[in-house]
Amino acid sequence: MTETIVKLADLVKPAAVAAPFVLSDEERHEIEHELSHYPDSRAASIEALKIVQKHRGWVSDEAIPVIAAAINISAADLEGVATFYNLIFRRPVGRHVIKVCDSISCHLTGYEELRDGLIEHLGVRLGGTTPDNRFTLLPICCLGACDRGATLMIDDDLHGPVEPAQIKALLEAYP
Amino acid sequence: MSLRSAADPHYQRPLTRLIDRAAGPLDLPGFEAENGYSSLKKSVREYTPQQIQAIVKDANLRGRGGAGFPAGVKWSLVPMGPDAGEKYLVCNADEMEPGTFKDRLLMEQAPHQLIEAMILVGYAIQATRGYIFLRGEYIVAADRLNKALAEARAAGYVGKNVLGSEWSFELFVHTGAGRYICGEETALINSLEGRRANPRAKPPFPQIAGLWGRPTVVNNVETLMNVPHIVLNGADWFKGLSQGKSKDAGTKMYGCSGRANKTGTWELPIGTTARELLEVHAGGMRDGKKLKAWLPGGASTDFLLPEHLDLAMDFDTIAKAGSRMGTGLIAVVAEDQSMVSAVRNLEEFFARESCGWCTPCRDGLPWSVKILRAFEAGQGQAEDLDVLAKLTKWLGPGKTFCAHAPGAMEPLQSALKYFRHEFEAGLAKPAKAA
Repeated sequence: MTETIVKLADLVKPAAVAAPFVLSDEERHEIEHELSHYPDSRAASIEALKIVQKHRGWVSDEAIPVIAAAINISAADLEGVATFYNLIFRRPVGRHVIKVCDSISCHLTGYEELRDGLIEHLGVRLGGTTPDNRFTLLPICCLGACDRGATLMIDDDLHGPVEPAQIKALLEAYP
Repeated sequence: MSLRSAADPHYQRPLTRLIDRAAGPLDLPGFEAENGYSSLKKSVREYTPQQIQAIVKDANLRGRGGAGFPAGVKWSLVPMGPDAGEKYLVCNADEMEPGTFKDRLLMEQAPHQLIEAMILVGYAIQATRGYIFLRGEYIVAADRLNKALAEARAAGYVGKNVLGSEWSFELFVHTGAGRYICGEETALINSLEGRRANPRAKPPFPQIAGLWGRPTVVNNVETLMNVPHIVLNGADWFKGLSQGKSKDAGTKMYGCSGRANKTGTWELPIGTTARELLEVHAGGMRDGKKLKAWLPGGASTDFLLPEHLDLAMDFDTIAKAGSRMGTGLIAVVAEDQSMVSAVRNLEEFFARESCGWCTPCRDGLPWSVKILRAFEAGQGQAEDLDVLAKLTKWLGPGKTFCAHAPGAMEPLQSALKYFRHEFEAGLAKPAKAA
């Protein structure tokens, strides 16, 4: 029988030390600009998260206390906000984010066929990212373009109506 | 056809008169050349805030966000006077009600109309600041509103001493980060403060204690945009816009989505029938199919039937038929589309978008989804039809903090009422005797 010696120092040592998160000058400047829009700094929390996400693609756990300090609220409060809103990404996403509308008007005009076509073409499920890191596929609430169902957004661009047969050509514009 | 070049001398479509989608929105000089900001100038120079409130109250402008609450009455609850302190005006531009796509058009194509309206209503309630709460996905609208706002600020319409008056007003565009619940006015206020968008208990109402605890008015985009026209042309003119089709006043941004031939949104006299929307403006159902059911104004309204098409689309008439006009943009279900599947889609939406604050909504909505999925798959249990009926009561008005769950129950209860046979067809077949 082998004896395992557990050293206390090993138990409390962090597994891996990640590089500390630092806001870039540009991010800090943009957050400060947003702060000027509100009498209470907490109100800038969503904009601050969006600013970091704009520059880095997503918001990591390490970013939360740093952003929270920049707007002078607790990290726990900011974490609560960051996990509430679906447009704040807490995991890395692909270079392009596809948001496919799954609300009633698009349901009536071909959402399920479009969703299945995207899943088949990309080989990922809703919430997944392609292995080449090119696309992340997400469902989204009504995009306010119901007269053009079925709709989807790729990054900042709205498309609709989109037929499953058009998926391949449409995605080619997003390398 | 360009609506702008066909400018109606009778001004019958005030909200969309200047819209020309091909040409894009007017810049400040273009808007001013079309009488833009003249209503604001008239208001600040000739009217007291109380006079403007009285005009809008007299005009019977009802909230276009879905609830139909009279805007003038809403404003009248705001404390006025020199000691009232900081007050806020918030535009609810979080258009996320499934089936609704009117505010996007108005903001993308007529951004200055909203900026002028915000300043004017800000003056009417003597607000110190205004925020346009815009949903995060409306990228084009954000860009155009910010551009229009910068032009208005440079021209002295926004900022210190608006148009040389004693009154100062700051205005900002605030963009969201998703979640349907942000459209609920107290959840919107929490979100604007940088919190999770859970609704607040009422009272106190936002007009007394809203944003940062101060008196706050929250109005929808379309509601606000009507105000400059009402002030400029008078309450009687506004009442005349409905052309006798309704007791309600003004025009309404109507629309149609689903499998119709020419889906879109149109500004028409309030009280226009749903039949006119579907058969004239939307060109009827696609592929010669028959209409089976329709939602009058968003996901959170009760389904109606083809026999209801001749009702006037106004708040009271649609309410009498057992539904709500909601946002007034109809969604049509064709004869060969499944009601169980449509309701399952609607309840999945509501379940996902519940903020989780109160139990009936957080737990009841996923329960309804589970049952509906079973019926859709032909695995429904007879007693679950009773459970669905009970859920429409347990999640109904008065059981929750806000209107999210009661709204979610509206399409479900009406589908159960009108299409029970479709649910029964989804009952599991009894197992064959061995």
